[in-house]
This record gives sequence, C-alpha cells and structure tokens, in this order.
Amino acid sequence: MALTPVENQTPGFVAAVAAGSGAFFGLFIGTSQGSGPMGMLIGAVLMALLGFAFTMMTNKENQIRWALAAAFVVAGFATAGLPAAVLGVFFGWFAGWFIFWLATSRYRAHLAPYLTAGQVLWYYTFRVICGVIFVFLITPILVVMPLSFNSQDFFTFTPEMLRFDPAGFSLKHYQDFFSNQDWQNALWNSVKIAPMATLLSVTFGTLAAIGLSQPHVPFRRAIMAVLISPMIVPLIISAAGMYFFYSRIGLQGTYMGVVMAHAVLGIPFVIITVTATLVGFDRSLTRAAANMGAGPVTTFFRVQMPLILPGVISGGLFAFITSFDEVVVVLFVGSAGQKTLPWQMFIGLREQISPTILAVATILVGISVLLLATLELLRRRSERLRGMSPG
Amino acid sequence: MKLTKLSALVASTALCAPMAMAEDMANELTIVSWGGSYSASQKNAYHDPYTAETGVKIINDESSAEAVAKIRAMNEAGNVTWDVVDVVASDAMRLCDEGLADEIDHDEVLAAAPDGTPASEDFGNLIVSECFVPQIVYSTTFGYRTDLVGDTAPTSVCAIFDLDAYPGKRSLQKRPIDNMEWALYCDGVAKEDLYDVLSTKEGVARGLAKLDTIKDQVVWWTAGAETPQLLADGEVVMGSTFNGRLFSAIAEQDQPIGMLWDMQSFDLDGWIIPAGLSPERKARALHYLNYATDTQRLADQAKYISYGPARASSAPLVGKHAELGIDMAPHMPTDPANATNVHTYDYEWWADNRDDLDAKFQAWLAK
Repeated sequence: MALTPVENQTPGFVAAVAAGSGAFFGLFIGTSQGSGPMGMLIGAVLMALLGFAFTMMTNKENQIRWALAAAFVVAGFATAGLPAAVLGVFFGWFAGWFIFWLATSRYRAHLAPYLTAGQVLWYYTFRVICGVIFVFLITPILVVMPLSFNSQDFFTFTPEMLRFDPAGFSLKHYQDFFSNQDWQNALWNSVKIAPMATLLSVTFGTLAAIGLSQPHVPFRRAIMAVLISPMIVPLIISAAGMYFFYSRIGLQGTYMGVVMAHAVLGIPFVIITVTATLVGFDRSLTRAAANMGAGPVTTFFRVQMPLILPGVISGGLFAFITSFDEVVVVLFVGSAGQKTLPWQMFIGLREQISPTILAVATILVGISVLLLATLELLRRRSERLRGMSPG
Repeated sequence: MKLTKLSALVASTALCAPMAMAEDMANELTIVSWGGSYSASQKNAYHDPYTAETGVKIINDESSAEAVAKIRAMNEAGNVTWDVVDVVASDAMRLCDEGLADEIDHDEVLAAAPDGTPASEDFGNLIVSECFVPQIVYSTTFGYRTDLVGDTAPTSVCAIFDLDAYPGKRSLQKRPIDNMEWALYCDGVAKEDLYDVLSTKEGVARGLAKLDTIKDQVVWWTAGAETPQLLADGEVVMGSTFNGRLFSAIAEQDQPIGMLWDMQSFDLDGWIIPAGLSPERKARALHYLNYATDTQRLADQAKYISYGPARASSAPLVGKHAELGIDMAPHMPTDPANATNVHTYDYEWWADNRDDLDAKFQAWLAK
C-alpha cells in the first residue's frame, strides 16, 4: 500500500467536507430561525463556496482567516445584533480554521502515514461522536447557569437576556436564596445532616471493608452483598421500608433518623472505595508492625490508615454528595423540620417554578465540581503512592 | 431553695391563669399547605401573627399535593406528624369518609362573625364535609397571551376548542374534571344538563371526541405553576390554571397575559385536622383554626393572593394588595363581573364517578 504524502487537497474535496460541516451547524441555526432544511442548505452552500475558493489561496492563510472572522462578526451584527456577532466570532474562526486544516492536509499530519482514507475518516468521526455525546450530557447543566441570572421569575431566556442587555440580568434569585428563611433553613439542615451522615458512613464503611478483606471472615460475599444493597435496591423501596420501621421505633421525623438513613445510603460507597484501596495494601506491613510490638489499634492508625486514606476520603466524599443530593428518602424519613436543600428544591419546582432553584443548582454544581476535583487529585496521589509501595 | 422554686411556680401559675388553656396545648405546630405564593399568603396572614401572639413555633410543610396518601401512610404507621392540613374539598371528603380526619363542630370551634352570626351560617353551604373548615374559594380558569391571540381576545371558554381563530398550543390539567365539562359545554350541551349527559356512556364518548379535536395541540399539566411558565415562554396561547397563579403572573410579574373568566370552575380549599393527634396537639390545632379562620384573618389573606375568603362576612373587608396597592376585589373569582358565567363543579357526582372517568381519560390519553 502506498503511503499517503501530506500535500494540499483538491478544491472539490475541501468544498465537499466543508459543506458537510456547514450543513451540520446550519441545521441548528436554521431550526432556531424556523426552518432546519433551509439552514442546512444555506450553511452547506456557503461553506462549499468558501472551501472551494480558499483552497487556491493557502499561502495567505492568516489574512484570510482574520478577514473571514471579521466578515462573520459584521454579518452577524448586521442581522441580529450583539448575540449574533458573538456567534459570528465562533463560526468565522471555525470556518477559517476548518477549511485550511483540510486544504493543507494538516488533519493527516499527526496520523500514521499508512492509514487509508476510510481509517482517517473513522478516526475523526469517532471524535465527533464523542464530542456530540459530551455536549448532549453537559448542555442541560450549562443552560441552568445563565438562566439563574434571569431578572424575571420564569425559566425563560427573555429577549433582554439574548440581547445581553444588563437589565435582563440580576442577582435577585441569589439574593432570595441567601435572604429567604425557608432556603436558609434548608441549607442549614443539609449542612447539619450531610457531615454527620458522612462521618457515620466513613466509620462503619471503613471498618466493614477492613473486616471483609480479612480472608478468614465467613460468608464474606453474602455480608458484602447485604451491605452494598442500599445502592442496588430502588431508593423508593428503601425509603418506604425505612419510613415504617423508623416510625415504629420513634426515629421518623427526627434529625438522627435522617442522619442514619443517609449513613445507610453512604456506606456502600465507602466500602467499595476502601475495598479497592485495600487490594493494593501490603499485609506484610501489618505483620511487620506487630513484630515490632505495635498493637492492632496502633497498627491501624499508624500504618494501615495513612496508606488507605485516599480511598477513605474519596468514599467519604461520595457519601457526602449522596446525602447532600438525596431527596427521596428524606421525604419519607424526615419531617418538615428536617427539610433539606433538595427537598426545598423539589417543592419549589413542583409548586412554584421559581428560578431561585436555578441559583441554588448553580451553587450546588459549583460545589460538586470542587468536590470531584478534590477526588481526582486524591486518586492521583493514591496511584502515585501505590506505585511506590513494594509489592 | 425549695421554697423559692415553689414560689416561682406559684407566681408563674398565677400569671398564666388567664390563659389556663395554653398550659395543656403543644407549643409547636406543623402546618401542611401547597407552597409557592399560596403558602406565603398564609404565612403573612395567619402564621406570623399567630406566632407573634402565642409564641408557638409553626413549621411549614408543602406537601398538600400528596396529602391523602401521606396521611394514610402516617395513620398506618401510627405516627401522625402533621397538625393542620390544607386540602381541596374533595380530598377533605375522602379523608373524612375514611376516618383519617377528625370531625369538627364548626360552631363550637370557630369564631362567630363580628355581628354574631354563628360560623356554620357564615360559611354556609361551603362546609361540604363535617371535617372541613373552608378557607378560600378559588377557580380553575383560563389565561391567554394577549400578544398571541390577534385582535379579538377570547371571551368564551370555547376558544380553547377553536383552532382556526386561536391556533397554537393550549395547556390543560391532566385530569377529566373540568375538561370534560368544558368539552361538553362547547359541544352544545346546556350547563344544567352537563352531569346528566356525562352520566351516560355516549356523553363521555362525546366529551372525549370533543377533546380529541385539539388533542395534538394540548400540553397537559399537573402542577399549578406550569401554565404560567408556559404562557410566559409563549409555548402556549392559552391554558387553564388556578386564578391566583394567573393573578401573580399578570399583576406581580407583568406578563402579557389576559384572564378568561368564562365558565371558570369554582372549588374550595380549607383545613382539616388529621385523626390520631394527642390531646395537647389537637387542642393547639383547634386553637389555631379558630384564630386563622376568623372574619378578619380570612379577609387579610386576600391582601396577598387573589382567592376569595370563604366567609360571607369577610367579603366586605377585602382590601388592597399588600405590596402593589391595587384593589383586590376585582381579581377575586367571586367578583360579580368575573362570575357572570360560572361552572359549578358537582362534588358528589365526581366522588361517585371519578375512578371510572379517570380510567377512561387515561386510556384516551394513551391512545
């Protein structure tokens, strides 16, 4: 098979591929303006023409790309003002980059030279599919954020917002969250319940994981299955069961009841992460510690605990998020005095549709991102440590 | 030491003697309601003044939407955590029939009107159940986008079935109640014959056939907040919801929405006390009910939301909106100008036929 040399492409090829991308983006613009097929057609024709023309002028790439971006901005501004100009920057930059990327065969430059055209196509198709899935997953979360700055009491992108008019934006929903007694009570309830539940989950989960990792414990698999079950059984079933059980023993509607229910939900996460960390734990270390006169408790806190700490902490973070995000169980086990943030959001969504929910959601997403970033850093540290440990 | 304690006790007892009742009442109340601006109006008109006067802590639970199911579960678990529950009249009737709500002697528990009319007469025929203390009269009615209906704003409820004059989506509540009556009314059935026709198999088919003509243009809602949101988005041209929701979208949030009062469907909302409370808690709940449903308080609630007070004696006291300062009376569903053509919802008919019609309606929806 002949190697494919990296050389400039023919205008026809560039025009065809560029037309494809133009049709793709044209579909969205066209749909938002009322006619999807029309947008596809315009996008495809426009990109094909640009692709065809620019393939001849690859020596003036920089000037053309700047000119193209500027032209898109002006065209966007002329048709629909500032928001369209911002979109124009993006599309102008993309069109210029994409056409020259194709025309000068840069897309092949870092790929193995023996790949066939079909393999190259699949290489990029795969990446486009991944990108589309990513966009599909993340868009609902991103849409919430600008809406939370809405100056109206509805979940609507108002014309003022789309024009970037400052009057269309406000912090009043954030203000409502921080000044409204209901929301503040809910926040404090969450802040009181989640750490306590996490503490219980981490304590019991870690102990269980260590016990279950001892080879001499009987029925290990069965016990493990029971402890993990709150994660597998539908939440509503656990919740209904807990409701009747807790009612009978007087825990329903109490702070401790909610804490315990959330601890039960958090324990599986701790067990799983700690068990995973224990796989890499070298047991001869505990024997060595015992050999030097350390009792089991000293061994645990001075030798074992520091090494499995990343697993414990990441399990704890999962337990914390579980409790902080949980709404089904608390609706059953709690009473109005233990109204947590998700509960307050749930009733706010059903009865009122107030954008305060969006402000809270934005804050919670921020907290979750912080927690997950911490988790990732810990995981890396754990990997590094494990790489260093013998065995 | 003992002596001082004793004398302190005597002193405090003496001090409390005028309110001896308070001694054997719980000092915390869990009140269940619907949330949103409705709960806010109750907080302003009833809860806050009551707490200020008695020092009782009031906890708000916004669970009225699932009140019947939850009270059943609480009763089964022997653990009733609610003291006073705000429910619609039909739910109150169900709870009362099942023995899940306590019967209330209206004249003994509730305050008389300022002119001495006993409570049972003041509330009149709004006391639809022995367990039910009426609070407000609300209506399910239509709002429309003033900028999307063209030059002729709709004046008749039949505009929802008129796709030629008012093209676009409309939102309706996902249940047969009201929708079936409106459909038959717009299919030419006289108002007084609605329930007779609906009692026959052909009548039900006729109503569903009428709804069928707009089925693909209907957005079905389950929570009262959905229609105002859809109207604000311009997703629907018109839609049904509770009149207070439309009022707050129009008057408080300046949305381009108009009211269509024609064939509005009146309904009642009020309090019940769940069965199985301890004597102290029940005494406190009754004390609260007496306070919250007197003539002045009921009129006060109308300062915050456009629902009509259930007492006849409260109507003349309805004033202006607490923040906007507009007259509230013209926004009440009971206002004569709004109530020219009212659909009176038949509780008994629906109590008997609801399960059957729900099933048929759901089957029709799924088709």
